[in-house]
Amino acid sequence: MFVYADNAATTSVSKTALDAMLPFLTDSYFNPSSLYSSAQKVAEAVAEARETVAACLGAKSPREIYFTSCGSESDNQALVSCARLGARKGKKHLISTKFEHHAILHTLKALEKQGFEVTLLDVHEDGVVRVEDVAAAIRDDTCCVSVMFANNEVGTVQPIQEIGALCREKGIPFHTDAVQAVGHIPVDVEEMNIDLLSLSGHKFHAPKGVGVLYCRKNIPLFSFIEGGAQERGKRAGTENVAGIVALAAALKESCEHMEENAAKMIAMRDKLFAELGKIPHSKINGSLEHHVPGTVNMCFEGIEGESLLLLLDKHGICASSGSACTSGSLDPSHVLLSLGIPHELAHGSLRLSIGEYNTMEEMDYIIETVPGVVQYLRDMSPVWDELQKGTREHLC
Amino acid sequence: MALYSEKVMDHFQNPRNVGKLDDADGIGEVGNAKCGDIMRMYIKVKDNIITDVKFNTFGCGSAIATSSMATELIKGKPIEEALELSNKAVVEALDGLPAYKLHCSVLAEQAVRAAVIDYYEKHNIPYDKEKFKIVDCDDCESCGT
Repeated sequence: MFVYADNAATTSVSKTALDAMLPFLTDSYFNPSSLYSSAQKVAEAVAEARETVAACLGAKSPREIYFTSCGSESDNQALVSCARLGARKGKKHLISTKFEHHAILHTLKALEKQGFEVTLLDVHEDGVVRVEDVAAAIRDDTCCVSVMFANNEVGTVQPIQEIGALCREKGIPFHTDAVQAVGHIPVDVEEMNIDLLSLSGHKFHAPKGVGVLYCRKNIPLFSFIEGGAQERGKRAGTENVAGIVALAAALKESCEHMEENAAKMIAMRDKLFAELGKIPHSKINGSLEHHVPGTVNMCFEGIEGESLLLLLDKHGICASSGSACTSGSLDPSHVLLSLGIPHELAHGSLRLSIGEYNTMEEMDYIIETVPGVVQYLRDMSPVWDELQKGTREHLC
Repeated sequence: MALYSEKVMDHFQNPRNVGKLDDADGIGEVGNAKCGDIMRMYIKVKDNIITDVKFNTFGCGSAIATSSMATELIKGKPIEEALELSNKAVVEALDGLPAYKLHCSVLAEQAVRAAVIDYYEKHNIPYDKEKFKIVDCDDCESCGT
């Protein structure tokens, strides 16, 4: 059996998205900036896509939607824009969290080198940021708060609406990296007091290479790519028309079917939690109360995540891990460490992220396969041997 | 290109000499759980020949594959040769490793060396202590912890 359980990494392109994009790769290949009528029809398709995205996000105007190449680009542009805007007023302090995506963390590192100060908040054991921690970190010179909507590794959902309200009250631009949330759980920029939001198409069945930055109309964006007047002068470069149209179609479909998809995924996710949680000395990571529908993150004591992934691959299961060895570094996932999970345990992590295309039969196959693979690796592990003998203390 | 060579995958998926030797003549353990890999080597020695070897490893695919290959390279060989086993020999026998996985091969070399040293110490056999040291985990530059 082949089971794709890595939907937080990327998703397959849906038929809806593919059907929507194909005409713009073939017959309607025209540059939307051109004047002739065939090209203007393409420009109209882009405008329509912008309206669709604005509607799905609850934005007041399609003029607040900027198409980018990916979620990372959106994150970079959002933070740098807020920082530049703040610096003009002498405000050079940014607040974010320890378990953000590297697109946020590395951008903040770069800003630090340019003289900005950054506060990274703790996320507590349950993987949820506290609004009071944000409040306590806010200073007179804070120019941006950026908190991810849902974490990519553990799947925990943050109190975005409350953090947004706090920032609104203090007059601080609030950005959220919503790459793992949009299309999966309700997101409304007006209701949730969001000023800037990043999303990525390929997380909800659009192709790779297209993202969106939502930016409230009173916040001036800083342009990274100079050139033509595309995206209202904030992002030059001929539009990825097919990608943009596909993103809008996929987002519309995901939002229309959000409730039924979520119900289906939650049933599968909860079955994985219940059954895999029976493996002795395993730990489910992150609050179950505040959780996206599709993500399961667990640690298994005494084994290392990469070898687990390679063996699951041999059984046809595509999964992911926050283990050090999958990333090219030797440190385990900064996300798991930020939840206070010890290094020893964080090395043995597994992320299964399911989508609406998965089936209960596939979950049964995962449930049948994982315990045996974990046991096989434990049987050859000197760490497990010590845990069994009692010469090493169990961490979970 | 795949992350690992076919040989690495073979040794990872079908590791040779996995297990323990209850009557081992020498046992070596290197690495630590915090860094994400630990290797334990057991050797049986008769007439200066390594007659049997087993390993236990906690670690990634290449940690398991390098352990397995190291046991193959020393089994049936004179113990002096085991002491001289280099990480380079392990890497070559596996048709290469990605650069950031080379520390696994060092760990395999060190685990074999630690087992041989344990045997030497138990039997009061002299060896070049300067040349054949075990690198302390704290001195290893591979990980930032």
